[in-house]
Amino acid sequence: MSILFFLAVASILVAGGFLAAFIWATKDGQYDDTYTPSVRMLFDNPVKSPELKDKKDD
Amino acid sequence: MIMLAEVHEKLICFHCGDECPDDSIAIEDKCFCCHGCQIVFEILQDNNLCTYYELNHNAGISLKAKNFEGKYSYLKEREIEAQLLDYQSENLNKVTFYVPSVHCSSCVWLLENFNKVRKGVISSRLNFIKKELSLSYNPVEVSLKEIVELLATLGYEPLLNLESANKPQQKNTTQRNLILKIGVVGFCMGNIMMMSFPEYFHLDLENSIDANYQKFFLYFNFMLSLPVFFYGASDYLNGAWISLKENIKKTTDVFSVDIPIAVAIITLYCRSVYETFVNDSAGYYDSLAGLVFFLLVGKWMQQITYNYLSFERNYKSYFPLAVKVLRENVTSFMNVMELKKGDAIYIHHQELIPADAIISKGKGMIDYSFVTGESDPISKNVGDILYAGGRQKGERLELIVQKPVSQSYLTQLWNNEAFTKEKVIPTTEMANLFSKYFTAITFTIAIIAGLYWAIFQPSLFWNSITAVLMVACPCALTLSMPFTMSTTMAIFGRNKFYVKNQGVIQLLNEVNEIIFDKTGTLTEGNSEKVSFIGYELSEFEMKLVKTLTIQSTHPLSKIIANSLKIKDFNAFPIDYFKEFQGEGIESSIIGNLVRLGKGGFIKSALNEEVKHTHSFLEINGILIGYFVIESVFRKNWQTILNNLGKNFKLFILSGDNDADNEKLAPHFKENTIHFKQKPQDKLNFINNEQRKGNHVLMIGDGLNDAGALRQSNVGIAISEDIKVFSPACDAILDASKFEQLADFLKFSKTSLNIVKASFILSLVYNFIGIGWAVTGELSPVLAAIFMPLSSISVVLFAVGLTHLFAYFKKL
Repeated sequence: MSILFFLAVASILVAGGFLAAFIWATKDGQYDDTYTPSVRMLFDNPVKSPELKDKKDD
Repeated sequence: MIMLAEVHEKLICFHCGDECPDDSIAIEDKCFCCHGCQIVFEILQDNNLCTYYELNHNAGISLKAKNFEGKYSYLKEREIEAQLLDYQSENLNKVTFYVPSVHCSSCVWLLENFNKVRKGVISSRLNFIKKELSLSYNPVEVSLKEIVELLATLGYEPLLNLESANKPQQKNTTQRNLILKIGVVGFCMGNIMMMSFPEYFHLDLENSIDANYQKFFLYFNFMLSLPVFFYGASDYLNGAWISLKENIKKTTDVFSVDIPIAVAIITLYCRSVYETFVNDSAGYYDSLAGLVFFLLVGKWMQQITYNYLSFERNYKSYFPLAVKVLRENVTSFMNVMELKKGDAIYIHHQELIPADAIISKGKGMIDYSFVTGESDPISKNVGDILYAGGRQKGERLELIVQKPVSQSYLTQLWNNEAFTKEKVIPTTEMANLFSKYFTAITFTIAIIAGLYWAIFQPSLFWNSITAVLMVACPCALTLSMPFTMSTTMAIFGRNKFYVKNQGVIQLLNEVNEIIFDKTGTLTEGNSEKVSFIGYELSEFEMKLVKTLTIQSTHPLSKIIANSLKIKDFNAFPIDYFKEFQGEGIESSIIGNLVRLGKGGFIKSALNEEVKHTHSFLEINGILIGYFVIESVFRKNWQTILNNLGKNFKLFILSGDNDADNEKLAPHFKENTIHFKQKPQDKLNFINNEQRKGNHVLMIGDGLNDAGALRQSNVGIAISEDIKVFSPACDAILDASKFEQLADFLKFSKTSLNIVKASFILSLVYNFIGIGWAVTGELSPVLAAIFMPLSSISVVLFAVGLTHLFAYFKKL
């Protein structure tokens, strides 16, 4: 049954990892602007050069 | 043969979506309404950025009547540039602009690809809600002036004013810290609850293995509770400590609501630690973590505001950043704050006069509407003194500065003490008043219970005392206020009434007097009604007048020209035209002498007296009549006033003349309408009313109301476009919702009643809890279920009731 000790510690460590990620994200300012990223993610990657685009149009 | 019906298709500008007059400006099959739009399209096409138009059709911003040539020359000046920059080095500069015209996803896309438009721009990032564009660029390759001009050309003109310079680097650290605390405490709460599960299901302590586990879980919970107590609850503990110290020193008799909360938190923690290490039994860690978590969430709700609206603007956000100055025979651009007496400054058409000054060259037509509320431009000649805040319409002026900006007639208003002290919000007062009695009663009950058990069963002495202190935490009570108020705020926001913070809703409750400004508040901001009084004009005469008025740039002429709707109008040829500054205009049109102007200019109209803004018309020496320009009152303004008049005392303080007196008088009591009020008069008037014990709501729109808005208990700025400019205020009301003002006032009363109701509910919970506690039998499981349950149910009750009432009141 001592596996329980191990499990409890492991679960806390995993959760602690997420907590660390949350702290980092907050300090990085990711919660300062919660709207613009939702718009930004919908943009396509930029087309590399004009020629490429012309070809695509053809 | 199929007959084709004539399709009259509207030509729509490919860039901005406005209607094009004809197809003269076009590239391939795309039409443009003006050259500005065409230029933007060409820039985007050259840089392969036409995705802009694919994201949203006709996404662009109309560039008609925009001209920024020379407007940004001051950005070349090193010092001014440095004041705008966030960061400066040899190869990298960083700057943040406020760009008001950002409106759709295409804007985000284009502005974030701005580095492709101009070489030298390294990166650009947009915050859509705040409309802030952060740019970094290489100053060797591109200058700030070029960037701003290019942005302006594209339609994204950054707003640069005196406030943009030297702005403090605001980082919302308080907000971030709170989010961090909620995260950490939430983490601890979840894990403590998980670790407490064995306890909830009663471990068999006779079994030595299980007892081992129990100890392990207890210590684990203790470890997890450390950050909750020392980090999460630190604000409450500190707050209570400060308030206690002040009470002991007798500097204040306000008993902060933090004190009963801190008592509960400390008791919970100490009792838990005692149970863990002395009794080897479960503590109340789960209740503690839950309590702190809910308190922090309540605090977070309290801080929510509309961060895309600005409620704190002063004259600095209205004044220009820099002006062209001649000092000691050197012309340069200078920050207007550096102006000194004796400097010569140059003011162009549509520019703002930044300091009190005397005209040394040129004729002034000064529009003071924003400062005084007066609607007519005032003409000034060489030698006249001009007060800061007016806008020049017409030719270039040369002025000699008389006073520095900070001491000018207008800006002195901001030196009034009303601007330095914060408004007192009754919420905290109410909660603090309550907390004194609450704490006293709790301690009395705890002592009585303790004494009782000391006599009859001494072993329960400490148990019962601590249990009472723990369960009597005013947690649910402190939560009901922020949740009800933030729900109310959201409901108001949905109806385009934006309040600065939750305190404003409570301040609204106490209002018993409402003061209106006239221009821009009761009347509409930018529309005028023009009527002609006199002989009826024939179509020929109307054409004559229109031909005359379109020659002039004077604002009145423009209004009159626009009001004359003539089908298929073609201007007559003009033989002669002359404009007499501040007097009138005259012209000879196909043999007719047409004159339009003031009473003194039109001699035959000397004896006429008209109160409203007006212009006499004379054709060939005969007085035909006069044009009257009246401001248009808002829709249903009479019903609104009559409605409000039932419950509130109404006043009008207007900076304008008394032309509208007759119109207003029936809706107001005697002696409540005051005209020709200077900004300082308005402030003093409100101050007087407040001394009489009245709570004043001020509704205004311009800088002339700034002092009054600040002095009043609640200042509401009314605005046609909430994102543009409004003076510092407590709430911004969208002009289209003016009719609902009475509903908003009523609903703020409703929501305070809801708070009171949930106060009572949470007191009921407290009584039930104390009932258990005095028996000394508050088990950890019971506390862990009861305490969060009471908090959550009070919150649900408050929020649900608020929404329900909003639904019934159709808000």
